[in-house]
Amino acid sequence: MQLTLWTYEGPPHVGAMRVATAMRGVHYVLHAPQGDTYADLLFTMIERRSTRPPVTYTTFQARDLGGDTADLVRTTVAAAYERYRPEALLVGESCTAELIQDQPGAMARGMDLPVPVIPLELPAYSRKENWGASETFYHLVRAMVASQVPAPGTEPPARDPGRRPSANLLGPSALGFRCRDDVPEIIRLLETLGIDVNVVAPEGASPSDLGRIPAADFNICLYPEVAYTACAWLKRAFGQPMTSTIPIGIGATRDFIAEVCALAGTDAEAALQDAAARLPWYSRSVDSTYLTGKRVFIFGDASHAVAAARIADEELGFTVVGLGTYSREFARELRQAAKHYGVEPLITDDYLEVESQVAALQPELVLGTQMERHVAKRLGIPCAVISAPVHVQDFPARYSPQMGFEGANVLFDTWVHPLMMGLEEHLLGMFREDFEFNDTAAPSHLDGESPPREALPETSKPAPAGDDGCDWTPEAESELRKIPFFVRGKARRNTERFAVESGIARITVETLYDAKAHFGR
Amino acid sequence: MNGFPAIQPGPPVATGCVDTEVLRERGQREVFCGLTGIVWLHRKIQDAFFLVVGSRTCAHLLQSAAGVMIFAEPRFATAILEERDLAGMADCNEELDRLVHQLLARRPDIRTLFLVGSCPSEVIKLDLAKAAERLSLSHHGRVRVLNYTGSGIETTFTQGEDQCLQALVAEMPAQSATEPSLLVVGTLADVVEDQFSRLFEAMGIDRVAFLPPRSATALPPVGEDTRVLLAQPFLGDTARALLRRGASLIDAPYPFGVEGTLAWLRAAGRDFGIAGERVDTVAAAPAARARKALERYRPVLAGRRITFLPDSQLEIPLARFLATECGMRPVEVGTPYLDRQVLGGELELLGGDTRLSEGQDVDLQLDRVRVDRPDLTVCGLGLANPLEAEGLRTKWSIELVFTPVHGFEQAADLAELFARPLIRNERLAV
Ligand code: SF4
Repeated sequence: MQLTLWTYEGPPHVGAMRVATAMRGVHYVLHAPQGDTYADLLFTMIERRSTRPPVTYTTFQARDLGGDTADLVRTTVAAAYERYRPEALLVGESCTAELIQDQPGAMARGMDLPVPVIPLELPAYSRKENWGASETFYHLVRAMVASQVPAPGTEPPARDPGRRPSANLLGPSALGFRCRDDVPEIIRLLETLGIDVNVVAPEGASPSDLGRIPAADFNICLYPEVAYTACAWLKRAFGQPMTSTIPIGIGATRDFIAEVCALAGTDAEAALQDAAARLPWYSRSVDSTYLTGKRVFIFGDASHAVAAARIADEELGFTVVGLGTYSREFARELRQAAKHYGVEPLITDDYLEVESQVAALQPELVLGTQMERHVAKRLGIPCAVISAPVHVQDFPARYSPQMGFEGANVLFDTWVHPLMMGLEEHLLGMFREDFEFNDTAAPSHLDGESPPREALPETSKPAPAGDDGCDWTPEAESELRKIPFFVRGKARRNTERFAVESGIARITVETLYDAKAHFGR
Repeated sequence: MNGFPAIQPGPPVATGCVDTEVLRERGQREVFCGLTGIVWLHRKIQDAFFLVVGSRTCAHLLQSAAGVMIFAEPRFATAILEERDLAGMADCNEELDRLVHQLLARRPDIRTLFLVGSCPSEVIKLDLAKAAERLSLSHHGRVRVLNYTGSGIETTFTQGEDQCLQALVAEMPAQSATEPSLLVVGTLADVVEDQFSRLFEAMGIDRVAFLPPRSATALPPVGEDTRVLLAQPFLGDTARALLRRGASLIDAPYPFGVEGTLAWLRAAGRDFGIAGERVDTVAAAPAARARKALERYRPVLAGRRITFLPDSQLEIPLARFLATECGMRPVEVGTPYLDRQVLGGELELLGGDTRLSEGQDVDLQLDRVRVDRPDLTVCGLGLANPLEAEGLRTKWSIELVFTPVHGFEQAADLAELFARPLIRNERLAV
């Protein structure tokens, strides 16, 4: 058993719903009790989709148990097929139905429906949402291209040199973070490279579109959390190569262009210097100097977290002080990245563990999911959202991709916006006691969003006696209060550490400045 | 009282829909399960913690339903069953004990812990009553551990509160007094509770208690002299449990709208032998104020057609309020289940030409909505935007259990909840 307050991922059948909802011509019959219909609101409320997810729930009740739940599956499948006439039918179960073992998938298969019936077995007690999405997409793709799989060992046919190279864009799904805007951004990029897009899936694709996947020269695995399993299988079965770079950030977008052009056999030069890429100049302009070394904590799905760490480090000049993910399936990739930045990887789906890490590290910026936004808000730390799961406000009306050069522009704005502006920060440091211009005021451009800071460990502590048993003199304590709040926690920790290491029992103003000199900024 | 038809609880009137055909449907239901009640119960009972023993789905449901709320550290959590818990019951109980210890260590302020059953815990027959007993013993003197079910195979949406309160009834001390006392049952906003307390006091009823109480350690007593007045129409099991403890049930409509509240107070007064005139005098000022406030929304609502999809179980009393006090015309009123013992009074007051449906087949019901094209459809969160996209105006039913809507002072607020989508529709030019 696992004690959970908030979860990063839903159950695996919600992942299946994300694939079904993204597509056209698919219907999903889910053997589940009535309460499980809550999942519809994720799509209609949070993502504001204008149609109901293509899901029919059996909504069995206690009185059906032991009696005719199996029959209920059959009548539901028949009625759903009649009403919705899908091109392909997914049939599966949620956690409760898994326990009663009706095997709805097998049952539906036995009904001789005139369309492909794809049974989904998604173990609800060991797997989660992204795995469910990935598995569902893989089974759908496999079912729709089954008849085209060549004999093992067959060489993929060489491309007709007169035809433009083409690729599939795989992975964008319902509820995916900014998929809506990433896809057109990447299609535009591929267009400049002279590469055609064959199929985009699951978002917007029908089952018959999936049947055309093998016609492309290679697959772009845009969201590995959803598409990796399918892409890896397509590579094995059809010899279709796949990409491994996620084009988030300037550096990664350039690497992506190089990778894609190598697979397509085209020239990368044309696209590498995109005039629309403003991040490099914005980051080099003197105004951004104050971003140097800002301590940033990053948490999200593995792809977005790893990409964010690279941008933070190489493109904004931040210092990555924490890096983590809730995607255990991609823990290896995250560990590698954490090693590169010299931080401990945090692989967990326990929200409390993430919260205590943030509180302990006292970063100046948090990049995370909706959970980290709430954590950061409580701790009074600026935050930007970089990954699912997200709330309704993270499906913005405006175009705001994360990928490609325009995506990098969006990231610059979104991450820098919550921070105090450079000069403002200095003035705060100089005139701490100004009665209306002080650090309890929010950044001037964030009107009225003064962050609550009652939970900050450093203010909740009574004045003397730090954790390490150090005493603070009242003078030192009041000097500490002159340091802006966003670095005060760090200053307190550093000073106490310095005092302990130097055998100082009582912290004075002198100790405070000795520690400052010792640690630097 | 001035010019408005006062509601007289009494024998069925000719136009009521007590005996009309009820359309019973059994197909896909689009209703939350009883776990959802935790979202408001944990705010109301401030020293209680709700631990759902269930699956990741249950945790996700709570999080999605609570998503509309402020992200404070909640007083609820889910003990998520994992594969190895399903292997053996002994381990499962051990695991639960371990988690409860962990939780109580984290939250020393908890005095009452509810173990809340879910579909998975029921299907594997995990005995939470036994677990509660065992844990109560091992945490004796510090925490009382209770249990109830919020599972979707047993309960819909607001029935979770019914089950929770029923568990509290068993804990209520026996009443020894010989004077009658009033027990108001159903979660009310604190401010509404205070308003009602003042009204009852002015009427001359000063022994008034509320269930649930704000603190689970301050449970009111119950006995032969307890008179139960329901504030919510979904508490049939709680009412029956109270009857078994010797209490008697006051037959009344629900305190929605001016006339509903007035009738509710009068019913209580009658039961306590208080003259109707005294009740009317006490209620005169707030009722007049409320009628005036309500007048603002009548022009928006009068003559408009409304359909309720089955959800919160408030459908029938709210349709009655909107029909009799706001002039709306209910087309279809759906309810997850029809408990005539607690809704009889309301059915009498609802117009006879209303289609009443019980249970659900969501596809068929939406077909009817598309044919009826009501001016407003009250429905769950999953259905609202798709209906809006089809050009139909909607109102989320979940707001009705999250907002103070009972009593005189809230009557206009309640009407406003229904008027807002209509007003908005008229304002928007995009
Ligand atoms: S319907 Fe059952 S399984 Fe689903 S969330 Fe409710 S209690 Fe959990």
